[in-house]
Amino acid sequence: MSTLTRVGRTFRRTAIQAVPTVFGIVILNFFLLQLAPGDAADVMAGEAGSATVETMAALRQRFGLDNPLLVQLFNYLYNLAHFSLGFSPRYGMPVADLIGQRLPGTLLLMAVALAVAIVLGLALGSLMTVFAGRLPDRMLSVISLLFYSIPGFWIGLMLIVLFSVKLGWLPSGGSGTIGSNLTGLAGLWDKARYMILPALSLALFYVAIYARLTRAAMLEVQSQDYVRTAAAKGLPPAIITIRHVLRNALIPITTMAGMHVGGMLGGAVVVETVYSWPGLGRLAFEAVMGRDFTVLLGILLLSSLLVIVANATVDLLHAWLDPRVGVR
Amino acid sequence: MASTDFAAGDARSRRLHADARGPAAPPEPEAKSWSNLHAPDARSASAASVPIAVGGRALKVFLSNPNAMFGVVFLSLVVLAALLAPVLYPADPLSMVARPFLWPGQNPAFPLGTDSMGRDVLSGILHGARISLFVGLVATALGLGFGILVGAAAGYFGGWIDDLLVRLIEIFQTIPSFVLLVVMVAIAQPTAPVVTVAIAVITWPTVARLTRAEFRAIREKDFVMAARSLGYGHARIIFREILPNALPPLIVTSSVMVATAILMESALSFMGLGDPNVVSWGSMIGAGRELIRTAWYLTALPGLAIVFTVLALNLIGDGLNDALNPRFSQER
Amino acid sequence: MAAPLLRIDNLTVRFPNTEPVSRLSFEVGEGETLAIVGESGSGKSLTALALMQLLPRSAKIPNGRIEFAGKDLLGLDQKAMRNLRGREIAMIFQEPMTSLNPVLTIGRQITEVLTLHEGIRGKAARSRAIELLNLVRIPDPQRRIDDYPHQLSGGMRQRVMIAIAVACRPRLLIADEPTTALDVTIQAQVLDLLDTLRRELSMAVVLITHDLGVVAQWADKVVVMYAGRKVEQALPDALFRTPLHPYTRGLLAASPRLKTNLHYRDARLTEIPGSIVSAAGEKGCPFRPRCTVARDSCAHFVPALVEVSEDRLVACPYSFIPEVAHGAALGL
Repeated sequence: MSTLTRVGRTFRRTAIQAVPTVFGIVILNFFLLQLAPGDAADVMAGEAGSATVETMAALRQRFGLDNPLLVQLFNYLYNLAHFSLGFSPRYGMPVADLIGQRLPGTLLLMAVALAVAIVLGLALGSLMTVFAGRLPDRMLSVISLLFYSIPGFWIGLMLIVLFSVKLGWLPSGGSGTIGSNLTGLAGLWDKARYMILPALSLALFYVAIYARLTRAAMLEVQSQDYVRTAAAKGLPPAIITIRHVLRNALIPITTMAGMHVGGMLGGAVVVETVYSWPGLGRLAFEAVMGRDFTVLLGILLLSSLLVIVANATVDLLHAWLDPRVGVR
Repeated sequence: MASTDFAAGDARSRRLHADARGPAAPPEPEAKSWSNLHAPDARSASAASVPIAVGGRALKVFLSNPNAMFGVVFLSLVVLAALLAPVLYPADPLSMVARPFLWPGQNPAFPLGTDSMGRDVLSGILHGARISLFVGLVATALGLGFGILVGAAAGYFGGWIDDLLVRLIEIFQTIPSFVLLVVMVAIAQPTAPVVTVAIAVITWPTVARLTRAEFRAIREKDFVMAARSLGYGHARIIFREILPNALPPLIVTSSVMVATAILMESALSFMGLGDPNVVSWGSMIGAGRELIRTAWYLTALPGLAIVFTVLALNLIGDGLNDALNPRFSQER
Repeated sequence: MAAPLLRIDNLTVRFPNTEPVSRLSFEVGEGETLAIVGESGSGKSLTALALMQLLPRSAKIPNGRIEFAGKDLLGLDQKAMRNLRGREIAMIFQEPMTSLNPVLTIGRQITEVLTLHEGIRGKAARSRAIELLNLVRIPDPQRRIDDYPHQLSGGMRQRVMIAIAVACRPRLLIADEPTTALDVTIQAQVLDLLDTLRRELSMAVVLITHDLGVVAQWADKVVVMYAGRKVEQALPDALFRTPLHPYTRGLLAASPRLKTNLHYRDARLTEIPGSIVSAAGEKGCPFRPRCTVARDSCAHFVPALVEVSEDRLVACPYSFIPEVAHGAALGL
């Protein structure tokens, strides 16, 4: 079975499995929206300043808010099917557009943080494996546990104190120098400077996870018979590690990386708040402050879908890395 | 694999079926009184019988782990702080007691200084331990209770009940939990009980998944078969035969859950979604944030309290894992 | 006589608490098959790993000499040793199911060693790999070369392992229980293949096994090991006709599949009482606790190897007393 067939089959299976989950999440979202205090009519009335009982009733009728619950659920699903997540009076634009504007910022931040976490985690984990059971391993193990215990928003603030306030090396917030029209490398460097601290704050927790995971996976793989076979072939240790150990150890590590997308989105909410990073998390914070529940639930729904997509991607990656996938 | 290393971290595992692990590790010493061998015939048949010596050995391993002992000592100090806070600082920690912006060490009466409103930082930190521990412990207890019920039902009964519950778990594990938490607290208004229940709502799936995997592995064991053949009811088999044997990974998870709950609570309070009438470490950081350029100690000190409390819990979790899962600790 | 290809002299392998191989000596000539027989725990596999210098990190070789083609292997540096592995000395392992890397095609795993030692890459390497698969009698090698290990049966995987081992025409092949994990019907095929290749490629083979049937059919010379020591060495015919050491006799009596010797045809299948573990920590002859002819003096010294005839060594002073040997031969 070729790699392509394997990946194709996995894709089909994953897609089918995701359907009931998506449906369940949508239903849950709908009921949370129902629970939220105030409805669209209240919001619009609030925006307008004042409204009589009659105009409220008229508004409700116009938006179908006086319909029975099931009809409203149907309407909600109908709107979703047309990619409509509702309208935010506060921002004066459809929620879907609003989220679309902010999504790339969050995705970029998460991608960079994930990359940093994986690279640092793999490096630390490999180091711990080499010294397994000895002092450097124990020390790194406690350090990784420390990283695991630090709240992202706090380390974010502390990094600002050190690198922005005290040393003045890096900006303390935003996503680019306002009004600057730098291009090329200089522009990229300007963007990168704003990226370093938020990405690091978000990554730290996951560095700890990947370091420990890498250590466990590599120790596990190292004891496998095929590693002994590789040594019996006369391969040098570096090639054994890269070609035989790491490739196998990557399988559990990629699985975990996909599972962390949801957690990272949560982390992005607080980190973006700290650094005024214009992303979904910052939008969620603003929506909380303004009690804009349509936006908030739109974010919840969309981020859940993002997790499903990430999980599917990992499944495909998995199918590509591990030839045994289709058989199991 | 490393699933017990970071029980909270891999919470979003969707491969529920892949989790059925090998034979369960023996329960920890505290569970001795919960003897799993109620079925007389099972006594001889049980492969998973739990000699007290094994539990004792686990305790010994735990006690001889310096990291875990550091965790226990530090956590005890936090508990002590929470208990003594009303005695040492009977006044409301939210009330103004001195000149604002006293730096730590500037005035011996306020060893950790005062904030922008002249409130005593040390008093705030001591009182903050109360809400952190309360939310951490109660949310974990609720999450454990509900998660065990769901996971036990799914793992024990199997069939359509299992299918249904697994779907439910999967839905909750797919939704980014912190975002869901923010939504729930924002909708229901932030009070300490709301925050606690909301944290329990996002943590139970981890427990359910773990419990289910354990139950699936244990339900086929001889002593469970024996109990079944003796005609014991489902409830009795679930709670008195299987559950005690499924406890070790749950105990490890619960210490990590308390840590996670404390982190979640502090993040919520930081974002202004905490109980406004109670001082919390997160809300202190949130308040100090605006003054970070001039008085960064207001952010640093409560943050250190969070870091060390959470670290202590994680060290304890690690120690418990080493003691209760020798299969994993061998790799260390 | 020309110098042997491999000469092991007084080899000891030591772990912090145990000494699984002590003062072992034997020789293997060019193109010769030497069988090392013994039950699990007798130190056979560690001897093989010591030959390859692939012992676990905690193992030390405090004394002894391993001489291969005139070179002292223990004196070689890492790089020189890697140059020998896979090129001049190759090894196949007991578990074909786990000895191949699951995420690489078998073709990749064969060409890897060709590239490493002979610098053959690309198409040339691929066609050499197909030739090798042909050589080890894998049907349809053009297609099979792109298979992953899990797509092959155990016997096929062991053939792939053999292909990897003989890829660079080694002068010595170490086969550590190559057929133990295989079906009985496949065992003979694989051993026949090894024997054919040995003759075609004129390589020496060290065949490690616990199966005396294998020894009778394929070995030129037999070394019997017990608790890390050589207790008997003989030519196969002589060994089966008149086993001398009580342990060898026990092994023969316990072997059900042996049809070469009339004496044993009707004998009941017997077991050697006790296990190899009971030998640990004993003073004197390590086999004494399980020995049927042990005398008081056996508790005081480790019997020396004595040459009783040409090509015949035994480490039991009572084994060649006629009535003892005869009585044991009758199954007493």
